[in-house]
Amino acid sequence: MATNPMHQFNVYRIGPEIKIDQIDISFTNASLFMVISSLIILIIFNLGSVKKNIIPDKIQLLAELSYSFISKMISDTAGSKGKPYFGFIFSLFMFVLFCNMLGMLPYAFTVTSHIIVTFILAAFIFIGVTVIGFIKHGLGYLKLFVPSGVPIVLLPLIVVIEVISYLSRPISLSVRLFANMMAGHTMMKVFGGFVISLGLVGGWLPLGFSVALTGLEILVAFLQAYVFAILTCIYLNDALNLHH
Amino acid sequence: MHKRLVLYLILSIIAFVSNVYGAESEGMPQLNPEFWVSQIFWLILTFGFLFVILSKFILPKISNNLELRKSQILENIETAEKQKIESENKIKEYETLINNSKNEARNYFNEARKKIIQDIDKKREKIEEEINLEIQYAEKEIIELKKSSPEKINKIATETSAQLIKQLIGEEINNSSISAIVEDLSKKNKGKYYGN
Repeated sequence: MATNPMHQFNVYRIGPEIKIDQIDISFTNASLFMVISSLIILIIFNLGSVKKNIIPDKIQLLAELSYSFISKMISDTAGSKGKPYFGFIFSLFMFVLFCNMLGMLPYAFTVTSHIIVTFILAAFIFIGVTVIGFIKHGLGYLKLFVPSGVPIVLLPLIVVIEVISYLSRPISLSVRLFANMMAGHTMMKVFGGFVISLGLVGGWLPLGFSVALTGLEILVAFLQAYVFAILTCIYLNDALNLHH
Repeated sequence: MHKRLVLYLILSIIAFVSNVYGAESEGMPQLNPEFWVSQIFWLILTFGFLFVILSKFILPKISNNLELRKSQILENIETAEKQKIESENKIKEYETLINNSKNEARNYFNEARKKIIQDIDKKREKIEEEINLEIQYAEKEIIELKKSSPEKINKIATETSAQLIKQLIGEEINNSSISAIVEDLSKKNKGKYYGN
């Protein structure tokens, strides 16, 4: 079953089975890659923050550029009110980015290709944003569902649509990331399988596709992390600055 | 040859597709809830850890570094501007100093020249006075000489002519007759010898 393109998404236990009250929380390959991503992020940014050179060296520059990149993203979308949430957005972006990128390594497991992981992240963001919105604006946050300048006749319809679109945010956010990662990796596996099964004679074309797809997937890995983070910023903006 | 190649291709594609089909019975591992709780648990653990460490320890340091750099650069620019202004002031001071000293030097020079010219003028006046006096003296003497010279000349002429006659003729002639002749001649030729 080496050519099964879905095989790479299998989760399996590493080490002993850990159970708390009949709930299985064993360490799996998914957990392993979450830990690796977090550790790599921490190591890189720790190295990048230790030195205090006026002219930064490479790793310091990397850390500082990432910092200003996320900082600018937040201030562009959510304004100055979004500053307290910088740490969370930064961690989120880096976590998703590194999980995506690590998944591009051969034989690696892609944490973000699992709907449950992305859904938990998206649900946490959704709940957090909603709570922030209600804390900042009280019941006035419900005005989000009533756009201004809409004819009263259309209002019931619009409100229903707005509520549905608001409630579907966590689903769209999580499915977007999960589907992108899964589809990309499946495609790569399928083309890789073609290379093997068509052999020396016909394998060159799918090999070329594979190479091109790898480049595309690296782009998608960055882009999806960026989209995930910027959508979080936009949702946060809705909660912080009620524009409707 | 060609037919065998095409056949091989078709067969391998069929084999591949059947493999994929076989996989479909397994379905998507993502929808298998066996490890969902485990994934949620580890996600919360790792992401929580990452978030806490990043936002408590690492991000403040990076932001500190950025602020530090900004402030340091601003400071450097400020000091540079200050020093620039200072140096400009110094240049102005220097220029005024040089101008002052140039003026002073010119003044000194002018004063010295005036003094020297005055000195020279004084001395020249003095010398001119002296010269004038001498000239006056000399003129007086000349006038006196002029006045006295015809008599003397006449006397000398009379004596010499008397001696000449004595030598030539060997006879003494009366002095008065000779002097009368000399005076007569000198009166006649007065304009000839004393042109002035």
